[in-house]
Amino acid sequence: MANANNDIDLDLDFLPGPVLFYNEIVIDHFSNPRNVGELADEETDGFGLVGDPMCGDQMKLWIAVRNNHIARIAFKSFGCPGAIATSSMLTALAEGKSVEDARLITDDDVVTALGGIPENKRHCSLLGVRALQAALEDWERRQQGKEPR
Amino acid sequence: MIYLDHNATTPLDSRALEAMLPYLTERWGNPSSPYRFGSQARIALEQSRKRIAGHIGCAPAELVFCASGTEADNLAVRGAAYARRAQGNHIITTAIEHHAVLNTCKALEKEGFRVTYAPVTPEGTVDLAALAANIGEQTILISVMHANNETGVLQPLEEIAALAKHHGILLHTDAVQTAGKLPLPLAATGADFISFSAHKLYGPKGIAALYVRRGTPLVSIITGGAQERGIRAGTENVAGSVGFAEAVALAYDSAESEGQRLRLLRDQFEQQVLAAVPGTRINGARSPRVPNTSNITFESIDGESVVLGLDLQGICASTGSACSTGDPEPSHVLLAMGINPRAAQGSLRISLGRSTQAADISAAVEALRSTVHKLRTISSIGGTGSAR
Repeated sequence: MANANNDIDLDLDFLPGPVLFYNEIVIDHFSNPRNVGELADEETDGFGLVGDPMCGDQMKLWIAVRNNHIARIAFKSFGCPGAIATSSMLTALAEGKSVEDARLITDDDVVTALGGIPENKRHCSLLGVRALQAALEDWERRQQGKEPR
Repeated sequence: MIYLDHNATTPLDSRALEAMLPYLTERWGNPSSPYRFGSQARIALEQSRKRIAGHIGCAPAELVFCASGTEADNLAVRGAAYARRAQGNHIITTAIEHHAVLNTCKALEKEGFRVTYAPVTPEGTVDLAALAANIGEQTILISVMHANNETGVLQPLEEIAALAKHHGILLHTDAVQTAGKLPLPLAATGADFISFSAHKLYGPKGIAALYVRRGTPLVSIITGGAQERGIRAGTENVAGSVGFAEAVALAYDSAESEGQRLRLLRDQFEQQVLAAVPGTRINGARSPRVPNTSNITFESIDGESVVLGLDLQGICASTGSACSTGDPEPSHVLLAMGINPRAAQGSLRISLGRSTQAADISAAVEALRSTVHKLRTISSIGGTGSAR
Protein backbone atom coordinates (compact mmCIF):
# COMPACT_ATOMS: atom_id res chain seq x y z
CA MET A 1 0.00 0.00 0.00
CA ALA A 2 1.56 3.26 -1.09
CA ASN A 3 0.77 6.35 0.89
CA ALA A 4 -2.01 8.03 -1.06
CA ASN A 5 -2.26 10.87 1.44
CA ASN A 6 0.76 12.56 -0.07
CA ASP A 7 -1.08 15.86 -0.14
CA ILE A 8 -1.02 15.89 3.66
CA ASP A 9 2.23 17.41 4.82
CA LEU A 10 3.18 16.14 8.27
CA ASP A 11 6.24 17.66 9.90
CA LEU A 12 6.51 14.93 12.52
CA ASP A 13 9.91 16.11 13.72
CA PHE A 14 8.29 19.31 14.88
CA LEU A 15 6.29 17.55 17.58
CA PRO A 16 7.93 17.81 20.97
CA GLY A 17 7.82 15.09 23.60
CA PRO A 18 6.86 11.48 23.06
CA VAL A 19 6.25 9.94 19.64
CA LEU A 20 2.58 10.30 18.68
CA PHE A 21 2.41 8.85 15.19
CA TYR A 22 3.63 5.79 13.32
CA ASN A 23 6.83 6.61 11.41
CA GLU A 24 7.75 5.36 7.93
CA ILE A 25 9.58 2.27 9.19
CA VAL A 26 6.57 1.23 11.26
CA ILE A 27 4.23 1.86 8.33
CA ASP A 28 6.52 -0.17 6.07
CA HIS A 29 6.48 -3.14 8.46
CA PHE A 30 2.69 -2.80 8.79
CA SER A 31 2.18 -2.60 5.01
CA ASN A 32 4.78 -5.22 4.08
CA PRO A 33 5.25 -7.36 7.15
CA ARG A 34 8.29 -9.68 7.00
CA ASN A 35 7.95 -13.42 7.53
CA VAL A 36 4.15 -13.55 7.59
CA GLY A 37 2.80 -17.07 7.44
CA GLU A 38 3.15 -20.42 9.12
CA LEU A 39 5.73 -23.23 9.11
CA ALA A 40 4.49 -26.72 8.39
CA ASP A 41 4.41 -29.03 11.39
CA GLU A 42 7.31 -31.13 10.09
CA GLU A 43 9.64 -28.15 9.74
CA THR A 44 8.63 -26.49 13.01
CA ASP A 45 11.11 -26.86 15.88
CA GLY A 46 9.40 -24.39 18.19
CA PHE A 47 6.00 -22.72 18.40
CA GLY A 48 4.79 -19.87 20.60
CA LEU A 49 1.29 -18.52 21.11
CA VAL A 50 0.88 -15.43 23.28
CA GLY A 51 -1.88 -12.94 23.91
CA ASP A 52 -1.60 -9.40 25.18
CA PRO A 53 -4.09 -9.06 28.02
CA MET A 54 -3.76 -5.27 27.75
CA CYS A 55 -5.53 -5.03 24.44
CA GLY A 56 -6.65 -8.46 23.23
CA ASP A 57 -3.87 -8.78 20.64
CA GLN A 58 -2.59 -12.25 19.79
CA MET A 59 0.52 -13.62 18.06
CA LYS A 60 1.57 -17.03 16.82
CA LEU A 61 5.24 -17.62 16.02
CA TRP A 62 6.99 -20.58 14.41
CA ILE A 63 10.76 -21.22 14.31
CA ALA A 64 12.96 -23.74 12.55
CA VAL A 65 16.38 -24.18 14.20
CA ARG A 66 19.47 -25.44 12.36
CA ASN A 67 22.94 -25.63 13.95
CA ASN A 68 21.63 -23.73 16.93
CA HIS A 69 20.54 -20.81 14.73
CA ILE A 70 17.05 -19.61 13.79
CA ALA A 71 16.96 -20.73 10.18
CA ARG A 72 13.36 -19.88 9.48
CA ILE A 73 10.79 -17.85 11.36
CA ALA A 74 7.16 -17.09 10.59
CA PHE A 75 4.36 -15.28 12.38
CA LYS A 76 0.71 -14.39 12.35
CA SER A 77 -0.68 -11.57 14.46
CA PHE A 78 -4.09 -10.27 15.33
CA GLY A 79 -3.90 -6.68 16.47
CA CYS A 80 -3.34 -3.02 15.86
CA PRO A 81 -0.70 -1.60 13.48
CA GLY A 82 1.71 -1.45 16.43
CA ALA A 83 1.26 -5.16 17.05
CA ILE A 84 1.73 -6.08 13.39
CA ALA A 85 4.78 -3.85 12.87
CA THR A 86 6.52 -4.96 16.08
CA SER A 87 5.77 -8.62 15.28
CA SER A 88 7.29 -8.17 11.84
CA MET A 89 10.39 -6.38 13.16
CA LEU A 90 10.90 -8.99 15.87
CA THR A 91 11.06 -11.75 13.25
CA ALA A 92 13.43 -9.67 11.13
CA LEU A 93 15.73 -9.22 14.14
CA ALA A 94 15.59 -12.88 15.17
CA GLU A 95 16.08 -14.46 11.76
CA GLY A 96 19.56 -15.97 11.42
CA LYS A 97 20.52 -15.30 15.03
CA SER A 98 21.87 -18.00 17.33
CA VAL A 99 19.40 -19.26 19.88
CA GLU A 100 21.44 -17.57 22.63
CA ASP A 101 21.42 -14.18 20.87
CA ALA A 102 17.73 -14.48 19.99
CA ARG A 103 16.92 -14.98 23.67
CA LEU A 104 18.49 -11.60 24.41
CA ILE A 105 16.25 -9.59 22.07
CA THR A 106 14.22 -7.14 24.14
CA ASP A 107 11.17 -4.99 23.48
CA ASP A 108 13.52 -1.98 23.47
CA ASP A 109 15.51 -3.56 20.64
CA VAL A 110 12.33 -3.91 18.60
CA VAL A 111 11.24 -0.33 19.27
CA THR A 112 14.72 1.03 18.48
CA ALA A 113 14.89 -0.94 15.23
CA LEU A 114 11.54 0.58 14.25
CA GLY A 115 12.87 4.08 14.95
CA GLY A 116 10.38 4.58 17.78
CA ILE A 117 6.72 3.86 18.29
CA PRO A 118 3.93 5.88 19.94
CA GLU A 119 4.16 5.70 23.72
CA ASN A 120 0.74 4.06 24.12
CA LYS A 121 1.85 1.30 21.71
CA ARG A 122 5.05 0.35 23.52
CA HIS A 123 3.34 -2.60 25.14
CA CYS A 124 2.76 -4.06 21.66
CA SER A 125 6.49 -4.65 21.30
CA LEU A 126 6.36 -7.15 24.18
CA LEU A 127 4.01 -9.37 22.17
CA GLY A 128 6.69 -10.47 19.70
CA VAL A 129 9.40 -10.81 22.32
CA ARG A 130 7.17 -13.02 24.47
CA ALA A 131 6.12 -15.10 21.45
CA LEU A 132 9.78 -15.69 20.56
CA GLN A 133 10.64 -16.64 24.16
CA ALA A 134 7.72 -19.09 24.14
CA ALA A 135 8.85 -20.61 20.83
CA LEU A 136 12.42 -20.97 22.14
CA GLU A 137 11.16 -22.66 25.31
CA ASP A 138 9.11 -25.00 23.14
CA TRP A 139 12.23 -25.74 21.08
CA GLU A 140 14.19 -26.50 24.25
CA ARG A 141 11.50 -28.89 25.49
CA ARG A 142 11.53 -30.67 22.16
CA GLN A 143 15.36 -31.01 22.31
CA GLN A 144 15.30 -33.02 25.50
CA GLY A 145 16.12 -36.60 24.67
CA LYS A 146 16.54 -35.81 21.01
CA GLU A 147 19.62 -35.51 18.81
CA PRO A 148 20.15 -31.97 17.46
CA ARG A 149 19.58 -31.81 13.73
CA MET B 1 -8.47 12.13 0.00
CA ILE B 2 -11.89 10.62 0.65
CA TYR B 3 -13.17 11.84 4.00
CA LEU B 4 -15.63 9.43 5.61
CA ASP B 5 -15.42 10.57 9.23
CA HIS B 6 -18.02 13.33 9.42
CA ASN B 7 -19.12 12.22 12.90
CA ALA B 8 -15.65 13.26 14.11
CA THR B 9 -15.75 16.68 12.51
CA THR B 10 -16.82 18.41 9.30
CA PRO B 11 -15.15 21.04 7.13
CA LEU B 12 -16.17 24.64 7.76
CA ASP B 13 -18.73 25.71 5.16
CA SER B 14 -17.30 28.56 3.07
CA ARG B 15 -20.47 30.59 3.63
CA ALA B 16 -20.06 30.22 7.40
CA LEU B 17 -16.45 31.31 7.09
CA GLU B 18 -17.46 34.33 5.04
CA ALA B 19 -20.03 35.33 7.65
CA MET B 20 -17.41 35.02 10.37
CA LEU B 21 -14.60 36.97 8.75
CA PRO B 22 -15.80 40.53 9.59
CA TYR B 23 -15.89 39.54 13.28
CA LEU B 24 -12.30 38.33 13.14
CA THR B 25 -11.06 41.42 11.32
CA GLU B 26 -12.91 44.74 11.67
CA ARG B 27 -15.61 44.01 14.24
CA TRP B 28 -13.47 42.43 16.94
CA GLY B 29 -14.97 44.32 19.87
CA ASN B 30 -15.94 42.77 23.19
CA PRO B 31 -19.73 42.32 23.37
CA SER B 32 -19.64 43.42 27.02
CA SER B 33 -17.93 46.74 26.28
CA PRO B 34 -20.06 49.83 26.97
CA TYR B 35 -19.37 51.68 23.70
CA ARG B 36 -20.95 51.23 20.28
CA PHE B 37 -18.00 49.23 18.95
CA GLY B 38 -18.81 46.64 21.63
CA SER B 39 -22.53 46.84 20.91
CA GLN B 40 -21.82 45.94 17.29
CA ALA B 41 -20.36 42.62 18.50
CA ARG B 42 -23.18 42.17 21.02
CA ILE B 43 -25.80 42.56 18.29
CA ALA B 44 -24.04 39.97 16.10
CA LEU B 45 -23.92 37.53 19.02
CA GLU B 46 -27.60 37.97 19.84
CA GLN B 47 -28.62 37.75 16.18
CA SER B 48 -26.75 34.47 15.97
CA ARG B 49 -28.52 33.19 19.07
CA LYS B 50 -31.87 34.16 17.58
CA ARG B 51 -31.14 32.46 14.28
CA ILE B 52 -30.10 29.22 15.98
CA ALA B 53 -33.09 29.32 18.34
CA GLY B 54 -35.40 29.56 15.32
CA HIS B 55 -34.10 26.22 14.02
CA ILE B 56 -33.97 24.53 17.43
CA GLY B 57 -37.53 25.63 18.17
CA CYS B 58 -36.80 27.57 21.34
CA ALA B 59 -36.52 31.11 22.64
CA PRO B 60 -33.10 32.80 22.17
CA ALA B 61 -32.77 33.16 25.94
CA GLU B 62 -32.92 29.38 26.24
CA LEU B 63 -29.55 28.98 24.48
CA VAL B 64 -26.22 29.18 26.31
CA PHE B 65 -23.12 29.37 24.11
CA CYS B 66 -20.06 27.47 25.26
CA ALA B 67 -16.85 26.16 23.74
CA SER B 68 -17.56 22.53 22.89
CA GLY B 69 -20.11 19.74 22.97
CA THR B 70 -18.16 18.29 25.87
CA GLU B 71 -18.51 21.54 27.80
CA ALA B 72 -22.24 21.64 27.05
CA ASP B 73 -22.57 18.08 28.41
CA ASN B 74 -20.55 18.97 31.51
CA LEU B 75 -22.65 22.07 32.12
CA ALA B 76 -25.93 20.16 31.79
CA VAL B 77 -25.03 17.09 33.82
CA ARG B 78 -23.02 18.77 36.58
CA GLY B 79 -25.11 21.92 36.58
CA ALA B 80 -28.40 20.02 36.91
CA ALA B 81 -27.00 17.56 39.45
CA TYR B 82 -25.74 20.37 41.68
CA ALA B 83 -28.95 22.37 41.26
CA ARG B 84 -31.11 19.41 42.33
CA ARG B 85 -28.81 18.04 45.02
CA ALA B 86 -31.26 18.89 47.80
CA GLN B 87 -33.95 16.75 46.14
CA GLY B 88 -31.84 13.63 45.54
CA ASN B 89 -28.52 12.19 44.44
CA HIS B 90 -29.43 9.65 41.77
CA ILE B 91 -28.65 10.07 38.07
CA ILE B 92 -29.64 7.68 35.28
CA THR B 93 -27.67 7.60 32.05
CA THR B 94 -26.85 4.85 29.55
CA ALA B 95 -23.91 2.54 28.98
CA ILE B 96 -23.37 3.97 25.47
CA GLU B 97 -23.03 7.70 26.21
CA HIS B 98 -20.14 9.75 24.89
CA HIS B 99 -17.26 10.03 27.36
CA ALA B 100 -18.22 13.67 27.89
CA VAL B 101 -21.27 12.38 29.78
CA LEU B 102 -19.89 9.06 31.05
CA ASN B 103 -16.77 10.49 32.64
CA THR B 104 -18.70 13.44 34.06
CA CYS B 105 -21.05 10.95 35.72
CA LYS B 106 -18.09 8.96 37.02
CA ALA B 107 -16.64 12.15 38.51
CA LEU B 108 -20.01 12.90 40.13
CA GLU B 109 -20.01 9.41 41.69
CA LYS B 110 -16.85 10.44 43.55
CA GLU B 111 -18.78 13.45 44.84
CA GLY B 112 -21.48 11.28 46.37
CA PHE B 113 -23.95 10.96 43.50
CA ARG B 114 -25.26 7.52 42.60
CA VAL B 115 -25.33 6.76 38.87
CA THR B 116 -27.19 4.01 37.00
CA TYR B 117 -25.83 3.15 33.55
CA ALA B 118 -28.89 1.74 31.80
CA PRO B 119 -28.21 -1.18 29.43
CA VAL B 120 -29.00 -1.19 25.72
CA THR B 121 -30.48 -3.86 23.46
CA PRO B 122 -28.29 -5.83 21.01
CA GLU B 123 -29.50 -3.36 18.37
CA GLY B 124 -28.13 -0.41 20.32
CA THR B 125 -31.20 1.33 21.73
CA VAL B 126 -31.54 1.99 25.43
CA ASP B 127 -33.59 -0.61 27.29
CA LEU B 128 -36.60 1.54 28.24
CA ALA B 129 -37.98 -0.94 30.77
CA ALA B 130 -34.64 -1.16 32.58
CA LEU B 131 -34.34 2.62 32.55
CA ALA B 132 -37.85 3.05 33.93
CA ALA B 133 -37.30 0.35 36.58
CA ASN B 134 -34.34 2.30 37.95
CA ILE B 135 -36.27 5.52 38.55
CA GLY B 136 -36.60 6.13 42.26
CA GLU B 137 -37.38 8.80 44.83
CA GLN B 138 -33.81 10.06 44.67
CA THR B 139 -33.61 10.29 40.86
CA ILE B 140 -32.98 13.90 39.82
CA LEU B 141 -31.57 13.65 36.29
CA ILE B 142 -31.70 11.39 33.23
CA SER B 143 -29.11 11.86 30.48
CA VAL B 144 -29.61 9.92 27.24
CA MET B 145 -27.93 10.80 23.96
CA HIS B 146 -30.13 11.52 20.94
CA ALA B 147 -28.08 9.38 18.55
CA ASN B 148 -25.00 7.36 19.32
CA ASN B 149 -21.79 8.69 17.78
CA GLU B 150 -20.39 5.24 16.92
CA THR B 151 -23.46 3.42 15.58
CA GLY B 152 -25.73 6.33 14.67
CA VAL B 153 -28.58 4.56 16.46
CA LEU B 154 -31.36 6.94 17.52
CA GLN B 155 -32.60 6.66 21.09
CA PRO B 156 -36.29 6.72 22.05
CA LEU B 157 -36.09 10.23 23.44
CA GLU B 158 -39.78 11.12 23.22
CA GLU B 159 -40.70 8.14 25.43
CA ILE B 160 -37.93 8.97 27.88
CA ALA B 161 -39.06 12.60 27.97
CA ALA B 162 -42.60 11.52 28.84
CA LEU B 163 -41.21 9.25 31.56
CA ALA B 164 -39.01 12.01 32.97
CA LYS B 165 -41.83 14.53 32.91
CA HIS B 166 -44.18 12.09 34.65
CA HIS B 167 -41.70 11.65 37.50
CA GLY B 168 -40.59 15.29 37.65
CA ILE B 169 -37.02 14.37 36.65
CA LEU B 170 -34.80 16.61 34.55
CA LEU B 171 -33.78 15.25 31.14
CA HIS B 172 -30.56 16.03 29.26
CA THR B 173 -29.75 14.84 25.77
CA ASP B 174 -26.47 15.00 23.92
CA ALA B 175 -27.70 15.84 20.41
CA VAL B 176 -24.25 16.48 18.97
CA GLN B 177 -24.77 13.75 16.34
CA THR B 178 -28.31 14.72 15.33
CA ALA B 179 -28.22 18.52 15.20
CA GLY B 180 -28.37 19.50 11.54
CA LYS B 181 -28.66 15.86 10.44
CA LEU B 182 -32.39 15.48 11.14
CA PRO B 183 -35.08 17.92 9.96
CA LEU B 184 -36.30 18.20 13.54
CA PRO B 185 -36.42 21.24 15.83
CA LEU B 186 -34.49 19.69 18.72
CA ALA B 187 -36.60 21.33 21.44
CA ALA B 188 -39.45 19.10 20.23
CA THR B 189 -37.65 16.12 21.75
CA GLY B 190 -38.99 17.32 25.09
CA ALA B 191 -35.60 17.37 26.81
CA ASP B 192 -34.84 20.08 29.38
CA PHE B 193 -31.19 20.32 28.28
CA ILE B 194 -29.86 19.72 24.76
CA SER B 195 -26.17 19.83 23.80
CA PHE B 196 -25.08 20.48 20.22
CA SER B 197 -21.88 21.59 18.56
CA ALA B 198 -21.00 23.74 15.54
CA HIS B 199 -18.13 21.73 14.04
CA LYS B 200 -20.28 18.64 13.54
CA LEU B 201 -22.57 20.59 11.19
CA TYR B 202 -20.03 22.43 9.02
CA GLY B 203 -19.56 25.28 11.49
CA PRO B 204 -16.33 26.31 13.24
CA LYS B 205 -14.62 24.41 16.03
CA GLY B 206 -14.59 26.03 19.44
CA ILE B 207 -18.27 26.85 19.78
CA ALA B 208 -21.29 24.86 20.89
CA ALA B 209 -24.54 25.50 22.72
CA LEU B 210 -26.67 24.11 25.48
CA TYR B 211 -30.42 24.54 25.26
CA VAL B 212 -31.81 25.10 28.75
CA ARG B 213 -35.60 25.01 28.93
CA ARG B 214 -36.91 28.22 30.48
CA GLY B 215 -37.17 27.94 34.24
CA THR B 216 -34.98 24.85 34.54
CA PRO B 217 -32.57 24.97 37.50
CA LEU B 218 -28.90 24.98 36.54
CA VAL B 219 -25.74 25.80 38.47
CA SER B 220 -22.92 27.38 36.48
CA ILE B 221 -19.68 25.43 36.12
CA ILE B 222 -17.43 28.17 34.77
CA THR B 223 -17.71 31.15 37.07
CA GLY B 224 -16.60 34.69 36.37
CA GLY B 225 -18.35 37.54 34.60
CA ALA B 226 -22.02 37.84 33.80
CA GLN B 227 -21.79 36.58 30.21
CA GLU B 228 -24.47 34.16 28.99
CA ARG B 229 -26.84 35.29 31.74
CA GLY B 230 -24.30 34.31 34.35
CA ILE B 231 -24.47 30.63 33.37
CA ARG B 232 -21.25 30.53 31.38
CA ALA B 233 -18.67 33.18 32.15
CA GLY B 234 -15.98 34.20 29.68
CA THR B 235 -15.76 36.60 26.75
CA GLU B 236 -18.08 35.34 24.05
CA ASN B 237 -16.85 33.78 20.79
CA VAL B 238 -18.64 36.29 18.55
CA ALA B 239 -17.17 35.17 15.23
CA GLY B 240 -17.80 31.56 16.24
CA SER B 241 -21.42 32.28 17.03
CA VAL B 242 -21.90 33.95 13.64
CA GLY B 243 -20.39 30.94 11.86
CA PHE B 244 -22.42 28.58 14.05
CA ALA B 245 -25.66 30.36 13.16
CA GLU B 246 -24.89 30.36 9.44
CA ALA B 247 -23.98 26.66 9.59
CA VAL B 248 -27.14 25.78 11.53
CA ALA B 249 -29.29 27.63 9.00
CA LEU B 250 -27.61 25.88 6.05
CA ALA B 251 -27.76 22.46 7.72
CA TYR B 252 -31.42 22.70 8.67
CA ASP B 253 -32.42 24.11 5.27
CA SER B 254 -30.98 21.00 3.58
CA ALA B 255 -31.44 18.42 6.35
CA GLU B 256 -34.34 16.67 4.66
CA SER B 257 -32.87 16.35 1.16
CA GLU B 258 -29.30 15.78 2.33
CA GLY B 259 -30.53 13.15 4.78
CA GLN B 260 -32.30 11.27 1.99
CA ARG B 261 -29.22 11.47 -0.25
CA LEU B 262 -26.88 10.21 2.46
CA ARG B 263 -29.24 7.45 3.57
CA LEU B 264 -29.26 6.11 0.02
CA LEU B 265 -25.45 6.22 -0.21
CA ARG B 266 -25.04 4.70 3.25
CA ASP B 267 -27.39 1.85 2.44
CA GLN B 268 -25.59 1.24 -0.86
CA PHE B 269 -22.29 1.20 0.98
CA GLU B 270 -23.54 -1.38 3.47
CA GLN B 271 -25.00 -3.63 0.78
CA GLN B 272 -21.75 -3.47 -1.20
CA VAL B 273 -19.54 -4.14 1.83
CA LEU B 274 -21.64 -7.11 2.91
CA ALA B 275 -21.42 -8.51 -0.61
CA ALA B 276 -17.69 -7.83 -1.09
CA VAL B 277 -16.30 -8.75 2.33
CA PRO B 278 -17.23 -12.03 4.02
CA GLY B 279 -17.34 -12.23 7.82
CA THR B 280 -18.89 -8.78 8.15
CA ARG B 281 -21.81 -7.43 10.15
CA ILE B 282 -23.44 -4.02 10.40
CA ASN B 283 -24.03 -2.96 14.00
CA GLY B 284 -27.38 -1.40 14.86
CA ALA B 285 -28.69 -1.88 11.32
CA ARG B 286 -32.14 -2.91 12.48
CA SER B 287 -32.62 0.25 14.57
CA PRO B 288 -33.59 3.70 13.36
CA ARG B 289 -30.30 5.52 12.71
CA VAL B 290 -29.07 8.92 11.60
CA PRO B 291 -28.74 8.63 7.81
CA ASN B 292 -24.98 9.13 7.48
CA THR B 293 -23.48 6.57 9.87
CA SER B 294 -22.43 2.96 9.43
CA ASN B 295 -20.69 0.80 12.03
CA ILE B 296 -19.17 -2.40 10.69
CA THR B 297 -17.49 -5.34 12.39
CA PHE B 298 -14.94 -7.41 10.46
CA GLU B 299 -14.16 -10.82 11.94
CA SER B 300 -10.58 -11.75 12.87
CA ILE B 301 -8.93 -8.34 12.44
CA ASP B 302 -8.37 -5.17 14.41
CA GLY B 303 -10.26 -1.97 13.57
CA GLU B 304 -7.28 0.32 14.05
CA SER B 305 -5.35 -1.70 11.49
CA VAL B 306 -8.25 -1.27 9.07
CA VAL B 307 -8.17 2.48 9.71
CA LEU B 308 -4.44 2.67 8.92
CA GLY B 309 -4.88 0.44 5.87
CA LEU B 310 -7.57 2.80 4.58
CA ASP B 311 -5.49 5.87 5.46
CA LEU B 312 -2.65 4.53 3.33
CA GLN B 313 -5.14 4.40 0.45
CA GLY B 314 -6.29 7.97 1.05
CA ILE B 315 -9.48 7.21 2.96
CA CYS B 316 -10.27 8.70 6.37
CA ALA B 317 -12.48 6.59 8.64
CA SER B 318 -12.36 5.79 12.31
CA THR B 319 -12.85 3.16 14.94
CA GLY B 320 -14.40 3.40 18.35
CA SER B 321 -11.95 0.93 19.74
CA ALA B 322 -8.46 1.91 20.79
CA CYS B 323 -5.58 -0.40 21.63
CA SER B 324 -3.54 1.61 24.08
CA THR B 325 -2.21 1.31 27.55
CA GLY B 326 -4.79 2.36 30.07
CA ASP B 327 -7.60 1.87 27.58
CA PRO B 328 -7.58 -1.86 26.90
CA GLU B 329 -11.31 -2.00 26.28
CA PRO B 330 -12.71 -2.06 22.79
CA SER B 331 -15.66 0.25 22.09
CA HIS B 332 -17.82 0.52 25.21
CA VAL B 333 -20.77 1.04 22.88
CA LEU B 334 -20.37 -2.26 21.04
CA LEU B 335 -19.59 -4.13 24.28
CA ALA B 336 -22.82 -2.73 25.77
CA MET B 337 -24.64 -4.12 22.71
CA GLY B 338 -23.38 -7.57 23.70
CA ILE B 339 -20.79 -7.89 20.95
CA ASN B 340 -17.84 -9.93 22.20
CA PRO B 341 -14.62 -8.00 22.90
CA ARG B 342 -12.60 -9.54 20.10
CA ALA B 343 -15.30 -8.83 17.50
CA ALA B 344 -15.77 -5.32 18.90
CA GLN B 345 -12.05 -4.77 18.39
CA GLY B 346 -12.59 -5.23 14.66
CA SER B 347 -15.08 -2.45 14.23
CA LEU B 348 -15.00 0.50 11.88
CA ARG B 349 -17.13 3.64 11.71
CA ILE B 350 -17.88 5.24 8.37
CA SER B 351 -19.73 8.56 8.50
CA LEU B 352 -20.75 10.27 5.28
CA GLY B 353 -21.26 13.97 4.64
CA ARG B 354 -21.82 16.70 2.08
CA SER B 355 -18.72 15.89 0.05
CA THR B 356 -19.59 12.19 -0.25
CA GLN B 357 -20.46 11.00 -3.77
CA ALA B 358 -21.35 7.55 -5.14
CA ALA B 359 -17.81 7.14 -6.52
CA ASP B 360 -16.40 7.61 -3.01
CA ILE B 361 -18.59 4.79 -1.79
CA SER B 362 -17.34 2.35 -4.44
CA ALA B 363 -13.74 3.41 -3.79
CA ALA B 364 -14.20 2.88 -0.07
CA VAL B 365 -15.71 -0.56 -0.60
CA GLU B 366 -12.81 -1.61 -2.82
CA ALA B 367 -10.23 -0.25 -0.36
CA LEU B 368 -11.98 -2.07 2.48
CA ARG B 369 -12.09 -5.31 0.51
CA SER B 370 -8.33 -5.29 -0.15
CA THR B 371 -7.39 -4.04 3.34
CA VAL B 372 -9.52 -6.59 5.17
CA HIS B 373 -8.28 -9.41 2.92
CA LYS B 374 -4.66 -8.46 3.54
CA LEU B 375 -5.08 -8.14 7.31
CA ARG B 376 -6.78 -11.52 7.44
CA THR B 377 -3.78 -13.15 5.76
CA ILE B 378 -1.68 -11.70 8.61
CA SER B 379 -4.16 -12.52 11.38
CA SER B 380 -3.52 -15.31 13.83
CA ILE B 381 -7.26 -15.70 14.38
CA GLY B 382 -9.46 -17.75 12.09
CA GLY B 383 -8.12 -19.36 8.93
CA THR B 384 -5.70 -22.27 9.27
CA GLY B 385 -3.36 -21.01 12.02
CA SER B 386 -2.12 -23.93 14.06
CA ALA B 387 -2.82 -23.53 17.76
CA ARG B 388 -1.37 -26.87 18.92
